[in-house]
Amino acid sequence: MTPDQIIFILTAALIISSALMVVTTRNLIHAALWLVAALFGVAILYAVLNAGFFVVVQVVVYIGAIAILFIFAVMLTRREMRDRGPQLRKNWWLAALLGMLAFSGLAFLLINQADINRSAAVIPAGLDTLGALGAALVSPDLYLLPFEVASILLLAALIGAVYLAATRK
Amino acid sequence: MTFALLIEWLIKGFVLVLVLLGGFAYLTLYERKALARIQVRIGPNRAGPWGILQPIADAIKLIFKEELIPAKADKLLFILAPVVTLVPALVITAVVPWGSEIMMFGRVITLYIADINVGVLYIMSVASIAVYGVVLAGWSSNNKYAMMGGLRSSAQMISYEMSLGLAFISAIMLAGSMRMLDIVEAQRTLWFVLLQPVGTAIFLIATLAEVNRPPFDMPEAEQELTAGYHVEYSGMKFALLFMAEYDKMIAISAIGATLFFGGFRGPFVDTYPWLGPIYMLLKLVILLFGMIWVRATFPRIRYDRLMAFGWKVMLPLSLAIVFITAAGILLAEQVNPLLIWTVPALSLLAGVFTIAMIDRELRRKEYARA
Amino acid sequence: MSIPLSWFLILSAALFSIGFFGVLARKNAIAILLGIELMLNAVNINLVAFWRYLDPAKMAGQVFAIIVFAVAAAEVAVGLALIVSVYRRRQTVVADEVDLMKW
Repeated sequence: MTPDQIIFILTAALIISSALMVVTTRNLIHAALWLVAALFGVAILYAVLNAGFFVVVQVVVYIGAIAILFIFAVMLTRREMRDRGPQLRKNWWLAALLGMLAFSGLAFLLINQADINRSAAVIPAGLDTLGALGAALVSPDLYLLPFEVASILLLAALIGAVYLAATRK
Repeated sequence: MTFALLIEWLIKGFVLVLVLLGGFAYLTLYERKALARIQVRIGPNRAGPWGILQPIADAIKLIFKEELIPAKADKLLFILAPVVTLVPALVITAVVPWGSEIMMFGRVITLYIADINVGVLYIMSVASIAVYGVVLAGWSSNNKYAMMGGLRSSAQMISYEMSLGLAFISAIMLAGSMRMLDIVEAQRTLWFVLLQPVGTAIFLIATLAEVNRPPFDMPEAEQELTAGYHVEYSGMKFALLFMAEYDKMIAISAIGATLFFGGFRGPFVDTYPWLGPIYMLLKLVILLFGMIWVRATFPRIRYDRLMAFGWKVMLPLSLAIVFITAAGILLAEQVNPLLIWTVPALSLLAGVFTIAMIDRELRRKEYARA
Repeated sequence: MSIPLSWFLILSAALFSIGFFGVLARKNAIAILLGIELMLNAVNINLVAFWRYLDPAKMAGQVFAIIVFAVAAAEVAVGLALIVSVYRRRQTVVADEVDLMKW
């Protein structure tokens, strides 16, 4: 066991246990906060993967904006603080079965894949991954078009959300 | 990493936390004294000469107060919320440089804790976590005023975070780097406040909203919300929330000083590096006075107007600022370095235009009412 | 770094399945969206891990992950706006009770 393997296992335990709490806990605010814990775990994984930019973006976009929006929505759609009654559907066991099936199927496929246990590639010395990412996003030969499409998508989502949530006079 | 380096980091972190905690105590005194002077009063003057022991007296009072937890509150979150509010306020200054390097005890000691290449993004991410404390405090109290305060503040902080981020981007573009030290270095000859005055103004206004200071202190409006999200807090937990608010003020002033007012740079700082922290402190005190002055001068804005201001004025203006800055830098690079002065000229024009539009809109509304 | 690629992939498969369970089993529409967020995060772990393990000089994995971030933000904004607007009209956030179009 090397230190980074121990870090990975602890982080994985955090992510899986918080994810389980997200889908099972009764109180929705708590579910959203467990989601924040899981997102933090994923941010740690990005740090393990040497993707510093993604650590920060994960915190800004997911934890700082998306999870807060969830908490906001829960507060807006709630009259009382506690959630009453079961939060799972009656046939939740079927969903659990399907989830298990999905996981075991994926795991089976992955394990039988050749070269699955490969170790990380060496990052070339002097490669500025942040600069390279920025250049890739705006260079017309690489990913300028997807980048612009994503911004149009965001603009459309902004307008759509405002239109949907606005109160008509 | 050597043992000595570890010790150095520990000591630096400890000193930074001490400075922030001591700074909080004396910032409250500074604010009360300054407010009193503006209102032609004397201010606290009983505890010690000129009232300098007043923060200690306040602290002792708060420590010995009874801690109340409402019966129907979410206990864990109720206790956690002040901690979650305070921690971002303490860690956000880790990337702010207080000077370059000094010699001490026979080794070179850098006057900053972390020098990471995404420094500005780090500040953004910590600032975005700061919302949680307020929201959790508001929700876990199980009190409708506290919940209203939490809701208002989360909406307000998310809305103004965008203008804040775009103001950051104008500084990043001018420096060409997200590393705080590079940004300070880029202001060696010219502070960014001169190149981008409107961006600086947007930053200052957005930070007022971000730390819930007057005139944007809607989440804790006494008259309508009986103190908002911290209405149920007492004793040390209240002190922690209070501490977080003032530490955020200090942190945000330090960040503003670094991004737009030259950071630790000043005359003779290259020959005498220990002048760096002194210049920084001086700039901090001046910026903090600005915040206190605003509090003494402006009445609170109505909540819907606050949101309208954030989305309909600040956001378009800051987008225009980013565009103007980019265009100006491109012109300066391609044509003539002097053309960099189109940036302040055009952005001032945009600022004046915005103010004129607000004026027209308000007049129109007044007209309609009459 | 001495972690085999398979660890990341198995973890992300587990996270994806948990999110899948949440989407299928939860009653509350907001909780369903929470499950979708878990699934999107699982995808992102995979993308960044592939970038790191296959060829760090090629930015495709990171660019994909950024697009996923944008899509997630858009999805949450529109989804929550829909839920809030449904709640305003029908006073419910339970997905099964929004059945006006179902005969």
